[in-house]
Amino acid sequence: MSKRNPEYDFKWCPGCGDFGVVRSIELALADRVMRLKEPIEKTAIIAGIGCSGNLVHLQEGPQPYGFHGIHGRALAIAWGTKAARPDLNVLIVCGDGDFLSIGAEHIGPQAKRNVNITAVVMDNGIYGLTKGQASPTTNLGVVTATTPYGKLEDALRPLDLYMALGVSFVASGLSTRPRDLATLITQAMEHPGFSIVHVQSPCTTYNDTYEALKGNPEKGIEALAHPVPDDHNPADAEAARQLIAMPGMPVGLIYKKADSIAMNERLEEARERIKVRTRSVDDMLTALEV
Amino acid sequence: MGADLVVRFAGEGGQGQVTAAEGLAQAATRVGYHVQTFATYPSQIEGGPVWAQTRVSTKEILTQGDQLDVLVALNRQAYETHIGDLRDGGILIYNSRDFDTAPLGKVIGLDAEALARETGNPRAANVIMIGAVAQLALMPQQYFVDWIKERFTRGRPSDQEIIDGNVKALQVGIDAATASGYSVDPLDTPPTPEGKRILVQGNAFLSMGAIHAGLDVFYGYPISPATTILVFMEGNLNGPGKFVGQASSEIEAIAAIVGGGYSGRKSMTSTAGPGLSLMGEGIGLAWMAEIPCVIVDVQRGGPATGLPTKTEQSDLLMALNPGHGDMRIPVIAPGSVAECFPAAIHAMNWAERYQGPVILLTEMSIAERNEDVPRPDLDMPIEARVVSDGSMGNRRYAGAGITPFPVPGNPGAYVANGSEHDEQGDTTHQPLVHVEQTERRFSKLKLLEDGAYESDNSAASVVMMPWGGSKGPGRAAYNRLRADGIDIGWNYTMFISPLPAALLEELRTKDLVIVPELNYLGQFSSVLRSLGVKAQSITQYTGLPFKEGYLVEQVLEAIKARSGKLVGA
Repeated sequence: MSKRNPEYDFKWCPGCGDFGVVRSIELALADRVMRLKEPIEKTAIIAGIGCSGNLVHLQEGPQPYGFHGIHGRALAIAWGTKAARPDLNVLIVCGDGDFLSIGAEHIGPQAKRNVNITAVVMDNGIYGLTKGQASPTTNLGVVTATTPYGKLEDALRPLDLYMALGVSFVASGLSTRPRDLATLITQAMEHPGFSIVHVQSPCTTYNDTYEALKGNPEKGIEALAHPVPDDHNPADAEAARQLIAMPGMPVGLIYKKADSIAMNERLEEARERIKVRTRSVDDMLTALEV
Repeated sequence: MGADLVVRFAGEGGQGQVTAAEGLAQAATRVGYHVQTFATYPSQIEGGPVWAQTRVSTKEILTQGDQLDVLVALNRQAYETHIGDLRDGGILIYNSRDFDTAPLGKVIGLDAEALARETGNPRAANVIMIGAVAQLALMPQQYFVDWIKERFTRGRPSDQEIIDGNVKALQVGIDAATASGYSVDPLDTPPTPEGKRILVQGNAFLSMGAIHAGLDVFYGYPISPATTILVFMEGNLNGPGKFVGQASSEIEAIAAIVGGGYSGRKSMTSTAGPGLSLMGEGIGLAWMAEIPCVIVDVQRGGPATGLPTKTEQSDLLMALNPGHGDMRIPVIAPGSVAECFPAAIHAMNWAERYQGPVILLTEMSIAERNEDVPRPDLDMPIEARVVSDGSMGNRRYAGAGITPFPVPGNPGAYVANGSEHDEQGDTTHQPLVHVEQTERRFSKLKLLEDGAYESDNSAASVVMMPWGGSKGPGRAAYNRLRADGIDIGWNYTMFISPLPAALLEELRTKDLVIVPELNYLGQFSSVLRSLGVKAQSITQYTGLPFKEGYLVEQVLEAIKARSGKLVGA
């Protein structure tokens, strides 16, 4: 596909953060094609369900392979694709409901396997496509369609979760800064292991967090988002944990495991070391002859 | 002289019954006999009632055997449960340490544990029992010694000691049986085998078929009685480009094989009832996005956790429609261990041919039993997916029937989509497109209607048509009915859905199609009725396979009841 389908009629709302995210993925892939001389068709983007999932239909310019799957399972599908085809560059795109609620069970296993997949998570703190229900990252006390008395559950802290599960690359980005975000996505794609780029991608219709993230001095609102300090060492897991424990939302590269080895490399190494012999079916049958 | 020997070893878990039954089977195949084993046990590692059975015959074996020639009862409960299955004149060997019994008929009491300790190997009580059985059947000792050597050669320093202890134990059993003066009817000389034969377990044979069909990637989650497939794959599906992964759940496993199929590779998972329930949405995704993949369901008793280690044929309706929405998943069900190998190849071929998910529906009784089967023909055709050369552009879902499959990495990038989509895979809800795409998906099933089937005495207006593992007992009953002069026909196919078109036509001409099946609902007959076939089930839901005698009775009753009655469940 050289261009996106002009007949496709799904639209994100004006001002949706996802516009910035798709733009940064386009930038990161264009850069990859140019630098690595790798055809765009070597990339497969696997999406879940939600506003975020429509990203695979909305990319402009040269088109990678896409898969618009089922709710919560993008990461599991991506494991299957990447393990079968280590030569492909596999990304997933998910929302916070998709990735952190129904799909949360898949993060831990992928982190332990350290499969070489990049997850771009679009966090708007709400279920948008189903019209405004509370998500795991909706803040305590926020009134939504399903929390008429204000949300009674604490908000999940995704970066804490990723660190606790042992994800080998954790970055935090803003949809409003597509060039910086593209750089993080590029780093993530080149990391040999499981990488998550967690993006604040606000929903202008149901949970507009632009002002909270950027701050508004006139109203005395301090910006939640702040850049990762220059002296932060992303190879230091303890420093990463301290950074995300501070108030606000650090933006930039949080953690990158220095000696990350992806599962397919471990498999190749083990096969080499153990000198695994491949038996043909003919041999297997001969061994069973009576 | 006899054609048949049926031996059951019964006791509690950990007493080595399954090993004993398998040892007897292996030795008997070496002599040249046909064998079939069957084991049933509770879902626990130690304890609980376990029994295992071996049938040895000069002829092809269709059932595990209705009546026992020899019962080995390792405790009182086993004796009480199984003594009713011992035929008149059969021999009981029992563990005299655990209990005593009135010496009626041919009875041999052995304190197997004490005797085993005397050989220096207290774990060899089951081998003493095998020795006794071997002697009763007058089978040559050497074959059992060979089996002991193979079984206990594990590359450890203690191997020789364990082998010596077991050989002594075998002799103890032989001596005890000799002293008793009893014997069963000696078996006839086995026939000269035609071609090479192998002794194999259903799940292993199925796995080999899939590997032979070009399987690239396998993802699975442990669940009885499908785990042996995952374990077999972990050990044997290797080499460049091959991958086996233990998934974190059945939900992850089905998603992963969909991802594997999407990548252009041949992919498979295996599970049992509860896992199939969890896979429903993912199978629907493969149907909708048109992704080739194979799901093996080894049926056990259900619903919910049900009977994890017992056999049943109660997943058929779910296999046909495992998830929400309009779909009909192709289903292939092997009817014996021998059919597991070709069934796996057919399932892989079907998935690639029609570009979608296929369910390979087997069951515990086939999965876990060992049987001697002819060494399979490796020349069965292996089908490859029709792949896109990029000339279609992104029109992956254009028109009716299959379109060449675009493989990631190559020109032809599109969006595989589980939402309703237009020809390039972009989501749309337009009524006409949903109509077109729904019809496209169903139209592909036409490619699968050319399966082979069996037909015997096709002039008869009443036929028996079992499916899956009920084939063997069904055929045994059919043979007996025919020998008794009953005018009844026979049909069978492993291709459950879509049925071979010619078979369906034949079935529609019948006055009555009798379907023996192991479920309460009569699932396959309800499917046949929906296809315009006058079908009626013989059901059983004990967790055990049919017995030949029961089927003969039930078929005769169905024939008798037929006149003047409506056919139906």
